[in-house]
Amino acid sequence: MTESPSSEPEPPSPKPRAAAAGNGMRLVVPLQGVVQGRGGLILGSLIPCALFYFFQLYLKRHRSPKRPPASSSNPPSPSASSPNLGDLARTSSRSNLLGRGSIGPVRLSSRGMAIAKPNDSPYYVGLEKVAGDPFHRVDNPDGIIQLGLSENTLCFDLIERWMKENLMDSLMGGDGAELSINGMATYQPFDGLMELKVAMADFMSRVMGKGVSFDPSQMVLMAGATPAIEILTFCMADHGNAFLIPTPYYPGFDRDIKFRTGVELIPVHCRSADNFMLTVTALDQAYNQARKRGLKVRGILISNPSNPVGNILSRETLNELLDFAQEKNIHIISDEIFAGSLYGTTEEFVSMAEIIEAEEFDKGRVHIIYGLSKDLSLPGFRVGVVYSYNENILAAAKRLARFSSISAPTQRLLISMLSDTKFIEEYIETNRRRIRRMYELFVGGLDQLGIQCAKSSGGLYCWANMSVLIALYSEKGELELWDKLLNVGKVNVTPGSACHCIEPGWFRCCFTALAEEDVPLVMERIGKVAEMCKSGQ
Amino acid sequence: MTRSPEPDENSKPTSNIGGGGGGVTTAMRVIIPLQGVVQGRGGVFLGSVIPCALFYFLQLYLRRNRDDPRESDDRSNPQNSEPRDDSGSSGQQLAEIHGFHRTSSRNLLSPRSPAGRAYVSGRASVIAKSPGGSESPYYAGLRKASEDPYDETGNPNGIIQLGLAQNKLTMDLVKEWLVKHATEAIVGGGGDDGDDEHLSINGVSTYQPCDGLMDLKVAVSSFMSQCMEHSVSFDPSNMVLTAGETPAIEILAFSLADAGNAFLVPTPYYPGFDRDVKWRTGVEIIPVPCRSADNFALSITSLDRAFNQAKKRGLRVRGVLISNPTSPVGNLLTRETVYSILDFARDKNIHVVSNELFVGSSHGRADEEFVSIAELVDEVDKERLHLAYGLSKDISLPGFRVGVIYSFNDTVLSAARHLTRFSPVSGPTQHLLIAMLSDVQFVQEFVKVNRERLRRTFDAFAGGLKKMGIDCAESNGGFFCWANMSEWISSYSEKGELELWDKLLKTGKVSVTPGSCCHCIEPGWFRFCFATLTEREIPVVLERIRGVAESCKSQS
Repeated sequence: MTESPSSEPEPPSPKPRAAAAGNGMRLVVPLQGVVQGRGGLILGSLIPCALFYFFQLYLKRHRSPKRPPASSSNPPSPSASSPNLGDLARTSSRSNLLGRGSIGPVRLSSRGMAIAKPNDSPYYVGLEKVAGDPFHRVDNPDGIIQLGLSENTLCFDLIERWMKENLMDSLMGGDGAELSINGMATYQPFDGLMELKVAMADFMSRVMGKGVSFDPSQMVLMAGATPAIEILTFCMADHGNAFLIPTPYYPGFDRDIKFRTGVELIPVHCRSADNFMLTVTALDQAYNQARKRGLKVRGILISNPSNPVGNILSRETLNELLDFAQEKNIHIISDEIFAGSLYGTTEEFVSMAEIIEAEEFDKGRVHIIYGLSKDLSLPGFRVGVVYSYNENILAAAKRLARFSSISAPTQRLLISMLSDTKFIEEYIETNRRRIRRMYELFVGGLDQLGIQCAKSSGGLYCWANMSVLIALYSEKGELELWDKLLNVGKVNVTPGSACHCIEPGWFRCCFTALAEEDVPLVMERIGKVAEMCKSGQ
Repeated sequence: MTRSPEPDENSKPTSNIGGGGGGVTTAMRVIIPLQGVVQGRGGVFLGSVIPCALFYFLQLYLRRNRDDPRESDDRSNPQNSEPRDDSGSSGQQLAEIHGFHRTSSRNLLSPRSPAGRAYVSGRASVIAKSPGGSESPYYAGLRKASEDPYDETGNPNGIIQLGLAQNKLTMDLVKEWLVKHATEAIVGGGGDDGDDEHLSINGVSTYQPCDGLMDLKVAVSSFMSQCMEHSVSFDPSNMVLTAGETPAIEILAFSLADAGNAFLVPTPYYPGFDRDVKWRTGVEIIPVPCRSADNFALSITSLDRAFNQAKKRGLRVRGVLISNPTSPVGNLLTRETVYSILDFARDKNIHVVSNELFVGSSHGRADEEFVSIAELVDEVDKERLHLAYGLSKDISLPGFRVGVIYSFNDTVLSAARHLTRFSPVSGPTQHLLIAMLSDVQFVQEFVKVNRERLRRTFDAFAGGLKKMGIDCAESNGGFFCWANMSEWISSYSEKGELELWDKLLKTGKVSVTPGSCCHCIEPGWFRFCFATLTEREIPVVLERIRGVAESCKSQS
């Protein structure tokens, strides 16, 4: 910075856009003349260099570690930040230039290789283990009991009864058989049939209660909530951007979000002292840390009711979150897939849709994820919903739905099922009652073993504190206990570390895939392991 | 923004501009010696003006993304904060906490532009904007036809859809089967005891492996063998099922190539590849032109040329994506061609993805032999061979969304299995298909009848075109006539072709796919999908085409 360009022949006019465009035009033309003249060789090589440099800078901009805080409208002093930043830009550009690989044997893409690696997260290890030796009361009484998969089998009888009675009609459409086969076997819109969207909107308002209404035209249907989240992520964030996500969170997000999109997750730690409630302070802290690391934060991903804890975000928290998102100009994805699986009696569930309809917020940044895997316990059907208020995102998501569209027979089936309001009402009611009953049984059972659960109101699981049972108060201790539960106790639970919980000793136990009469057995097995741990100490 | 004219202060605004700060100074260091080197007047001038201009562009870019502090508008604050007072329904304490957050957020909010829209990722904007409207005639035609579809009685003046690859000729067979067996297939054996039924519903609605049920893989393997007349047998454990062939291709592209790498694809090719291969994976497609003189057969020479050209452009080629039978032309790759493609792939050390979607829909002469890539597996290193398949065409169930990846590369299979979580096949559909495809008698009958009907319709349609003087490329399989209408186009160019396409769509009310959508390098070729037509519709379509033809001739 010792020398500055001394003569400034054309000080740019205050209107930046117009001025720059004007300058650009005037510059480019004389440049040719000069390039052909004396300075041609040097300029001809230096100008592209400069351009390349700025291109690098532009590319690496997200990584530049020191950015002025958002609140300050004063520019940072150049002297403070220039030297080290300069070095950084130079190094990165060099590595970019050398970044070409060498020719090798037939190879896959590096991203393909990364995905192909087996996942060693205890979440998936446990699931696989159970798949190899699943418990069955009669056939395999020594098998492993699955408490690691959030699945609800409590109301299968209802679904089954309905299917028996209505399957043929729903697929074939009674008399209009011709029409129906045409609407099933042939190509359908990738983003879901309008009829199903209407039925889904109705189902969602029933589940979320209080007359929140959903507009079918703001909906995109996909083959499960998993692709729904991936596609939303893809639409909101570029490679290398980040999302804030309160911990503990659903272990699958690590795959859903990071696998193909290249988006990073910044954990926002919640603690047992607050019953794992999200605070805006923690959010803000995580946001600033991410910025310091040079990551561009594009959104917050919340689960409500939260998974794995099962607590519900209050109206106030939701409002604060919206404020925060608005202030930072980022998106909010609200995963409300457990909205209908509530068992709490005191707390009410408030959908993000309700808040956003009721008050003046910039709706374009709010997106809701829903699915039928939990609330209608049809995970095998693979039906997920993106509900967004942002037209651009909807347009892109509709196009991307070609990669994960729902099978037409399934859509036909669901249209009839969801339109059968009597059945749906009965189902929602019964399902809640049965979940509550299982919750009381299960949490009561754990309580008798001296294991406390976090306070929760929804979901298919409880979040149990077994830190008294772990030998070491660390992730290692937790995983030892998890291993013992799995291999000795023959019970597969999800350890907190898989959910990125920062406090060791917490476990997610999903109780809705259990038969009521198996609960004592589960308690017995957990009790046995607990005894072992206590005597071992 | 206003810059001070004094030289001393010039540096300040200059470096403010690049929000990231430092990079700008580095740039200065690079550019300043430029002044010393370039002694002429132009040097001094440019040495100062060029960086300035560059900073301006950078600044513009930053500004657009970071919102101008000065543009902030206080209007947003009351709007955003006032209603919240009402919401603080949970007592004073909360309202106070609330208040605290509100003030702090207001401070931070003020420098923000209220108009600052939530960010949509660059890649999504590209997808949201890309063809669908007027840009690609393929999608424009599909949309037009779906808005005003032909119906013999209901809408006799509607547009007849010949642009969508779909087979309606044998839908009655599928329907018949479904009426008989659907309930049983999904809910389980009717009339059995309750326990069995419970098990069955359990298998339908609970979590299933994302890459497809083993039973379905077995059934699909045998169906594929059936379609290939048992020349190949498939190992279900090398198979991954996806929600349609579209994600199958995407997953393969994703796993085989990194963003910025390329695939060689012989043209004309299926227009959807431009989305499937490129959109999310960032992989590029290098067209390998095939010509009508060779009946659009792929030659290794052009493959090699395309490969070298791509290399010159600095692109890394990761594979060849072939279709066999080819789509849209519909010819089969000869054994010799398949072998030489494999040799080429081995030579260049790249992958081969063979899209054999139409194998069961071949309707041509029996003496031509279909050679699946899976057949040659013993003779080459199989790690590089991948087969994509689907049930959309051969059993005419595109609505069911079932695709297949068949590969001999364990890493690819493992990656694909992990990725199917994003495009799994629905449970009820899987059970339906297990039952349907395991019904050997039905499948045999279906494949036979389907081929017959395809042949009959193809003969009727292509024959009709021939009478009009439109020749079709020699074709052995698939749902298409690849018709040469180059004599009718007013100018021998893409423009002329699109004019004719437009005329066919608007005057003739027939939606077809112009060759340019398939990246055909010779203008005047059109893809007609005849498999959606009923026997009675064929004369109607031919009449409409004739109408357009005559108007073309009278003009010229």
